[in-house]
Amino acid sequence: MTFEASERVAGVPPSGIRRFFEIAEEYDDIISLGVGEPDFAPPWAARDAAIASLERGQTSYTANRGMAELRERIASFADRRYGLRYDPDEEILVTSGASEAVDLAFRAFLDPGDTVAVAQPCYISYAPGVQFAGADVLDVPTRAADEFKLTREALESSGAADADVLVMCYPNNPTGATMTREELKPVAEFAREHDLLVFSDEIYSELSYEHDHASIATLPGMRERTVVFNGFSKAYAMTGLRLGYALAPPEAIETMNRIHQYTMLSAPTTAQHAAVEALESCDDEVREMRDQYDRRRNFVLSRFEEMGIDCFPAAGAFYAFPECPWDDSDEFAEALIEDQRVAVVPGNVFGAGGEGHLRVSYATSLGDLKEAMDRIESFIG
Amino acid sequence: MSDREEILALLRENARYSTEDLARQTGLDAEAVEAVVEDLESEGVIKGYQAVVNWEKVEPERVRAAVELNVTLDRETGYDDIAERLAKFPEVQGLRLVSGDYDFAMEVEGDSMSQVSRFISEKVAPVPEITQTVTHYIMESYKERGVEFGDGHDDDRLSISP
Repeated sequence: MTFEASERVAGVPPSGIRRFFEIAEEYDDIISLGVGEPDFAPPWAARDAAIASLERGQTSYTANRGMAELRERIASFADRRYGLRYDPDEEILVTSGASEAVDLAFRAFLDPGDTVAVAQPCYISYAPGVQFAGADVLDVPTRAADEFKLTREALESSGAADADVLVMCYPNNPTGATMTREELKPVAEFAREHDLLVFSDEIYSELSYEHDHASIATLPGMRERTVVFNGFSKAYAMTGLRLGYALAPPEAIETMNRIHQYTMLSAPTTAQHAAVEALESCDDEVREMRDQYDRRRNFVLSRFEEMGIDCFPAAGAFYAFPECPWDDSDEFAEALIEDQRVAVVPGNVFGAGGEGHLRVSYATSLGDLKEAMDRIESFIG
Repeated sequence: MSDREEILALLRENARYSTEDLARQTGLDAEAVEAVVEDLESEGVIKGYQAVVNWEKVEPERVRAAVELNVTLDRETGYDDIAERLAKFPEVQGLRLVSGDYDFAMEVEGDSMSQVSRFISEKVAPVPEITQTVTHYIMESYKERGVEFGDGHDDDRLSISP
């Protein structure tokens, strides 16, 4: 026996982001617009709650599904903010980041030979997650002309009617696209008609600037076929605390928990205490962070417009997704780092439909954004 | 948030934002931003634009002191009268009427401790209504008007991340 990767692992290429991470690490004077995490610290109340829980020695495992108090707060938050009504006892699972929840859903409901339609460009972990679960990925490219929204036409033309699961993420990483309730209706209709499960990653739900966030699970006939993922990384700037959750019907949560209880056992206890406080008392901080992202978003979009670079109006998350001035986004991003010390991520690492674009994160200070945009402008001449 | 409130918040954050920067962030056009700023200035909402200075990085460093003042009022003299007199001194950088153990909180700036001391003893203490002064020299500034004085380069996030 040797340490030869299993077929499932061997079939998954290394992350396209890793190469750029390595290039960026070579320089110490980089302005990075490549980061996918907030530049704010978690609200003090949440940090204090985490510290207090440690001081009290509350570091034992919690219930597999998460602390009852936290599940109750999540239920009340999801209802208050998005009209998502879930029973805290049976329909919520607290996980180690939303990423664990996504992975659990793949492993819980996929068999070899199953097909998962993935709306792309998207977060880099969905396709590998599907492959680790032994299933096949079906690319559903979304187009700049549709503002990277998922349409019924995109689903039909990519053959998603024969898929078993649809994975979508709005507000979207990397495009910043969002979808309104009206725009979600044809997608929901398609899922119902073709009996698809829907895995909806809504981790950026609190960062929707143009309209209230709409969850596909609230549309008629969708709650029973949808797993909603969310967490504390983006809205509360708690990325390193690794805390997320899944909302789904009881039988789905029960199945996901069967894996969770043997692998993770329970999400980090300290983070759960922080999260209870975050949901209880940190609305103002979340609003303030969102307002700041919104101003930066306006700034970045306006600068691209002035440079004559097409960039559709990103309405959520903290990314702009402009067209790449060069044909090859890999080459452009690499040259931009080496020449101007500005890091952006080439769009092709986010899957079908991403080539020809760049992901530009505005989760960084306005001073750095100004400098970086000046450098990009001088680079493209 | 109204356009006025938004522009005010941005200028408080950085008074050197150009009209174009403000326009880009708020989504207004440059003319509209200028009109709002002019209104705010003419109404006296914006009273001035100043740099937040970390004096410890300046040679020679300015000396600053927080001074507590107690006063006794009489029929002819009110707080406003005393404040008006004190505020005229160029050494006085800030002056507030406060609740609690003393009446005025005053911020004084000078080139040296002896100059600040002399100012307090020769110009402030002799004001007839002032009954007591307590001077606290500022040893170290960590934050001024919302601006923290750390080095600002503590972003240890990965340069590229998912």
